[in-house]
Amino acid sequence: MDPDHRDVLPQSSSLIILLILFAGIGLLTIFSIVKGGAEIEWHEGGGLKAFAPEDFPEIEWNDPSIDQLDAAGLEGSNEAFKVAPPPFSEDIFPCTECHAEMEPDVERRVLEDMHDDIVLDHGPKERWCFDCHNVDDRDRLRLANGTLIGFDESYRLCGQCHGTIFRDWRQGIHGRRVGYWNGPKRYLLCANCHNPHAPKFRPIKPLPPPVRPEFLAGR
Amino acid sequence: MSQDAKGGDVGRRDFLRGAGLATMATMATRFTGASPRAVERFLATRFTELSPDEVEAILADLERDYSRRFGKEVSVSATPPMDDVFFGYGLDISRCIGCRRCVYACVKENNQSRDPQIHWIRVLEMEKEKGIDLAESSPYYDPEQVPEEDFFYLPVACQQCRNAPCTRVCPVKATWQEKDGIVVIDYDWCIGCRCCMSACPYGARHFNWAEPELPAVAVNPDTHILGNRPRMKGVVEKCTFCIQRVRNGRYPACSEICPVGARKFGNLLDEESEIRYLMREKRVFVLKEELATKPKFYYFYAT
Repeated sequence: MDPDHRDVLPQSSSLIILLILFAGIGLLTIFSIVKGGAEIEWHEGGGLKAFAPEDFPEIEWNDPSIDQLDAAGLEGSNEAFKVAPPPFSEDIFPCTECHAEMEPDVERRVLEDMHDDIVLDHGPKERWCFDCHNVDDRDRLRLANGTLIGFDESYRLCGQCHGTIFRDWRQGIHGRRVGYWNGPKRYLLCANCHNPHAPKFRPIKPLPPPVRPEFLAGR
Repeated sequence: MSQDAKGGDVGRRDFLRGAGLATMATMATRFTGASPRAVERFLATRFTELSPDEVEAILADLERDYSRRFGKEVSVSATPPMDDVFFGYGLDISRCIGCRRCVYACVKENNQSRDPQIHWIRVLEMEKEKGIDLAESSPYYDPEQVPEEDFFYLPVACQQCRNAPCTRVCPVKATWQEKDGIVVIDYDWCIGCRCCMSACPYGARHFNWAEPELPAVAVNPDTHILGNRPRMKGVVEKCTFCIQRVRNGRYPACSEICPVGARKFGNLLDEESEIRYLMREKRVFVLKEELATKPKFYYFYAT
């Protein structure tokens, strides 16, 4: 027969072998890419998925105090500062509810029966309850000069030591404001953000990072 | 004779214009499902050259469109700048903890696309040891808790430059600085060429590469035509200092959400304002000062 035709068989078999080889390499490559991709997702976590504000219902996106400000209008604008109410624990105020009946114990000690959740971490070790709380009338706070003030004026107490920050707060530079840049604003008390017994700001969980460009548009 | 010719000419032109409009309106209505008014809007001139009546008509038309699309009342305003007001922003770097509350409050307030995701604010994490080094910074940090020990955070959005390169390069003048200093975009006039994005040294402008996805429940219905009204595919968008809020006296959304109170806002022309106080009393700087863009966004250290 034609010698050319006899060559066809071995040629096509080598082609098949080549094809199988290519397919194998291809499969391996795809496999490693998929595996590698999964590994990236596992280790880096952030930047792969698009999160929206709606994914965090626990966060109050619109401060409701704006409605109170609007309702109050400009009438109350003569007040010194429109501060938020003090952040009392539930059913703790007025303090005299319990303390009026009790004999004051001015001895420095670790509190055991009540208020044992309070851990003082504020300035020097000598700090003690009655540096700020008033002994005779527990519903009031006491300034260093003996003046008694309400809890809603506690910024005056903090301002005794933290003068520069107090000044900034009054000017609206320290702390958060809600309201109108050209009108009434709601101030927060120091204690609304800082735990007065351990005032250092505690770290919080950040919201997720933006999507990396390579994962944008509906992955 | 010339009069005849002229009269005939005008008639023909009018006829052609009318016929063309009618054809386009029919086609547009049939193929896109948009209202016939949308065609008129498409043929309208740029926002700055509209008469008050035309603005009113467009606002009403937009409100109708959005309300139908999202199944709830959406208002679109065109509140003008106030007199004797020039807005400025202050951000306290010594307080910012990088929690990104501002980023997402901004998305919620300003109706950004959820997917593909658009963020007007980008918080950069930097090493304290290296100081402010944009090239070494990362926006993708994702630790369990912030602030991290050896890092500080620099949120960056539109710097509202007095000498804004983005407005100068726009070939169709679809973006400009308003009298109160806010750099705005006319989404109806933007052709999506993205020249402004390449001109902006702060990466503050963002492009709608696809039709923005904005769930109806998530829509903020208080909108401004040059600000947070829902956008369309193919236009550029950016921070407007929450134009829909600040022109009504409110603070921007990012400043009200900030848990550490690092964000300050006010009128640069008012000596008693918070922003003027911090410029007077604190150490202040602007980003990329050497470019002479003269931002109205001031970073400061309160401590």
